Amino acid sequence: MLAASPRLRATVLRVAQSIPVVIGVVVISFLLTRALPGDPAVYFAGVAADTASIEQTRVAMGLDKPLPQQFVIYVGDLLQGDLGQSLSSGRSVAADLAKRLPASLELTLTALLLAIAIAVPLGVLAATRPGTWVDHLCRVVVTAGVSLPTFFTGILLIYIFYYLLGVSPSPLGRLDFIYLDPDHVTGFYLIDAALMGDWETWRGAAKQLILPASTLALFTLAPIARMTRASMLTALSSDFIRTARAAGLSNPRVLYGYAFRNALLPVVTTLGMVFSFALGANVLVEKVFAWPGIGSYAVEALVVSDYAAVQGFVLAMALLFVTLNLVIDLLYTAIDPRIGFSSK
Amino acid sequence: MLSVKDLAVSFQTRRGPVDAVRGISFDVSKGEILGIVGESGSGKSVTSYALMRILEAGGMIKAGEATYTGIDLRRAAERDMRDIRGREISMIFQNPRAALNPIRKVGHQIEDVLRQHARATRYDARDKAIEALRAVKINDAEARYHAYPFELSGGMCQRIVCAIALACDPRLLIADEPTTGLDITTQKAVMDLVRDLIRERGMSSILITHDLGLAAQYCDRILVMKDGAIVEQGDPVQIFSDPQHPYSRKLVDATPRAGTGVRSLLPPEDRGPEPNPQVSDQPVLQVRNLTKTYAGKSGPVHAVKGISFTINKGQCVGLVGESGCGKSTTSEILVRLLDATSGEVIFDGEDIARVPARGFAKDARRADIQMVFQDATDSLNPRHTSRQTIAEPLRRLGKMRGPKLAARIEELAALVGLPLSLLDRFPHQLSGGQKARVGIARAVALEPKFLILDEPTAALDVSIQAVVLNLLVDLRAKLGLSYLFVSHDLHVVRLLCDHVIVMKDGEIVEQGAAQDVMSNPQSDYTKSLLAAAPKPPQRRTSS
Amino acid sequence: MTDVLPKPAAKVQGSFDHVLYVLRANPVTLIAFGMFAALIFSAVFGPALVPYDPMATNASNALQPPSWDHWFGTDNVGRDVFSRVIVATRLDLSISVAAVALSFVVGSILGCIAGYWGGWPDIILNRFLDTIMAFPLFVLAMGIVAALGNTIENIIYATAIINMPFYARLVRAEVNIRRDAGFARAAKLAGNSDLRVLAFHIFPNALPPMMVQVSLNLGWAILNAAGLSFIGLGVSPPTAEWGIMVAEGANFIVSGEWWLAVFPGLWLMIAVFTFNLLGDGLRDIVDPRKRT
Repeated sequence: MLAASPRLRATVLRVAQSIPVVIGVVVISFLLTRALPGDPAVYFAGVAADTASIEQTRVAMGLDKPLPQQFVIYVGDLLQGDLGQSLSSGRSVAADLAKRLPASLELTLTALLLAIAIAVPLGVLAATRPGTWVDHLCRVVVTAGVSLPTFFTGILLIYIFYYLLGVSPSPLGRLDFIYLDPDHVTGFYLIDAALMGDWETWRGAAKQLILPASTLALFTLAPIARMTRASMLTALSSDFIRTARAAGLSNPRVLYGYAFRNALLPVVTTLGMVFSFALGANVLVEKVFAWPGIGSYAVEALVVSDYAAVQGFVLAMALLFVTLNLVIDLLYTAIDPRIGFSSK
Repeated sequence: MLSVKDLAVSFQTRRGPVDAVRGISFDVSKGEILGIVGESGSGKSVTSYALMRILEAGGMIKAGEATYTGIDLRRAAERDMRDIRGREISMIFQNPRAALNPIRKVGHQIEDVLRQHARATRYDARDKAIEALRAVKINDAEARYHAYPFELSGGMCQRIVCAIALACDPRLLIADEPTTGLDITTQKAVMDLVRDLIRERGMSSILITHDLGLAAQYCDRILVMKDGAIVEQGDPVQIFSDPQHPYSRKLVDATPRAGTGVRSLLPPEDRGPEPNPQVSDQPVLQVRNLTKTYAGKSGPVHAVKGISFTINKGQCVGLVGESGCGKSTTSEILVRLLDATSGEVIFDGEDIARVPARGFAKDARRADIQMVFQDATDSLNPRHTSRQTIAEPLRRLGKMRGPKLAARIEELAALVGLPLSLLDRFPHQLSGGQKARVGIARAVALEPKFLILDEPTAALDVSIQAVVLNLLVDLRAKLGLSYLFVSHDLHVVRLLCDHVIVMKDGEIVEQGAAQDVMSNPQSDYTKSLLAAAPKPPQRRTSS
Repeated sequence: MTDVLPKPAAKVQGSFDHVLYVLRANPVTLIAFGMFAALIFSAVFGPALVPYDPMATNASNALQPPSWDHWFGTDNVGRDVFSRVIVATRLDLSISVAAVALSFVVGSILGCIAGYWGGWPDIILNRFLDTIMAFPLFVLAMGIVAALGNTIENIIYATAIINMPFYARLVRAEVNIRRDAGFARAAKLAGNSDLRVLAFHIFPNALPPMMVQVSLNLGWAILNAAGLSFIGLGVSPPTAEWGIMVAEGANFIVSGEWWLAVFPGLWLMIAVFTFNLLGDGLRDIVDPRKRT
């Protein structure tokens, strides 16, 4: 069956390719704390430790054992879902991360949807109407967008919309304290509140979400718009569009049916890179808006040298990212019929 | 049916307006096949784009009239033009695979056109599309309906493009260089198909091409264009036997055909004395049982399957074949850029195939075997001036420096007819012919014994090709070189070569003296190749 | 297939003439180079020319809005914001230039090897790059600096590591395209060894597209370094650095003292913006095809 369908083969191959990457990710996250200069035991023992308790920590964590053995123990723990204990919260890192993940996902996904909804039409319009104000607007957005530091835009937006205009609520997290958290179904406040029919809470959550999501969206708008414009331009000037025009195909059909679908392919590929930026910028946005996600968790952990938490965060983010990339690549395989074939 | 009067087209470029077409007039009657012939920059393609109103942004019809069965093409509304395109006037282009939407099934692409022009509904579109595929003589149309362009060969793609163009039964078909890039036998198949379909349906057609011989074979009437103007019109036999305008005379002369020598490609005033190469019977290169096998995705690929031939000193041997026959692989092995799987290449008494390609750059014989590459644009380093390009082998192998180097470069430039002022230009600042000369100067810089010419004139206009071929002939006589001339163009090979080798699928199917093989081919494949090459009419007055 | 003779040049352009031509032809490039020159000037001469000592505190003068004395106002311990912003230019530019230079060199070498010879080096490099790029890059930088220690050198190394895959991939692709080009084969026929062909013929042709990447990366590296400092990694107070100044200023923006955060942020933006604009201009200078 595998031999019969090159696309199925390509899909399986792609999934299989993720495995060495996951292994690499695990190895690197291990190396980040164990094999690098500095004594991990000191970090893990805490700031106010003395020599004796450092030694105790070392033995307790198995840091006195040889490195390969440590790695095996580390992997063993991982497979059981054990990412260690957080020093500051006292709970397991895995539990902490799981609790805070939905907040980050809600923020990132909202931002990305917003970005795509604006950037893709903008890119398409800029490509189909070169030289007009739309085109110039697109170019300004793209150049400005890649120059904007996310943390700065966030702060600026807070200043304008909260301090000067008083339109936005204070940037203190996901929900103002006058509202109760909606019942936990997905962890996404917008979805949970809607499921409960509690529109008050829904509006409250949405108001808190707008500013951070917009900040993140502004940052991710630029690469998406740029790629859409560029690939749409390439598609529009290709030979098969000329054939379609010469055969009299009407403009909407030519534009959207033929050019846009071909143009989408490189855009889908870019999404992976955009996700990488988004997940990174997430950390900064969460800090600015005091958003209780895994990004701010990691930043707080860094400040107090809570090593297990930082390590767990890096590992979790990487695995999330690998999964996202896999989904994107599989999506691409489904769209492009040429995958799996060697072209003649 | 189509009447064009004083048509002028210009483009807005960064350097100001450029006139691509300068007031041309012609007619196409019902059932006629009109050929528009010209070299690059003549404006022939731009004319057809203007008629269809699909000019690129920045292009516009500046003046003139174009009327199609009473409809004013120049002033028609865009909506009306869309009706006309595909339904009344259709167009097919070169590079057929790129002309099809790569991610859409070919059957669906035909349906799109049928439904656009209301020639089919959602329910019968599929059947009509399959009918259209059958009309272009595609076997197994039902299965091909579901194919994507990347799964089909070049010739098959061109048939699909024809199917799309003819699906709505247009009255006029414009074919813009439809055979460029296709193999000779595929070319013939495509052109025969197009001509048969046109005759069957009583259509008219405009065939745009740079190949005068092709136009002469398939067209009822020919227009010759140069620099945006028509210089001569007439029927093919007339134009070939007695061209009136100097430019058409130049084109006719430059078109290689049977029964002429290489000198007669040039205009009479440029012809030098007949070349006199010294051919000895001492071999300069002997190939014995050469094979090359690659590991392909679905099993081993036998690119070259045990070929043997000999090239004597001073000889010019032609290597002919269609794409995929192994001629490029063979030439790369001979010039030692690629290692053979087995076999011997005996040069100067020693088997150079033993020396691995990776180390041959340091071998003492490196300077003796050189190559002129095809596609002059790619064969020159975009960052080097002509001077630096020619200097490279002189510096590295000839160890020349300073004034001696400069003198030798100027000597070579004079030898190949390259003006000294062009020595400090970059490749993008040179014309195709000038780039070809730089490539030749570089190849002969160290006076090699053996030169491989890999389709050196394939991308050149026919008049430039004439000049370059004559240059190659002169150099061979002057420097006592031996050539292996790799080409797909049989007429050119006949003009230049003493001896011819015909390859197919990695094997030699025939070899022998050029005259013998060309006039009296033994193998079926050679016969089909010769039959497929366009045969321009003879020139009555050849001074 | 054009055989139209281009107009003969009166004299052939030298390299310097070409630079001037590029600057004149595109006003955006001219502006970008002007801004770039201004940045370099601030970085080199800034510390000597600023009106106040960037470290000098003056508690009685704290949190003053912009005025003629203090163009950008003063911060919470009375330091002059303008001086600090200008002085920070040197630090931020050095970090990004060092990081980009490092990743350019290492990425180019690895990309050349993988693109030219293929085979095992290519496979290994791809897996290695995949693993680096499997991390959201900023997160990886966080992890590296956190692990190695909070120093400026480590910011440079971390930024270099996360930027390296882009160069390696780009160089690999460009080298791969040109590996079998006519001029590469001709260079071998002229007696160049594989290494010489790669280094002197193929790689220089890959430079124009890389120039755009270099300038984008310079902007990015600054953003990265500032971002890391913003969350408390790398640079520590009282060093003047744009990211850390925005972080400190963020606390005051909700109470209306906007100048502490806005000016450093604005300068950061301008620097990154300049580098982004520079990209096309740099490519035009390096690409011989743009010479007329």
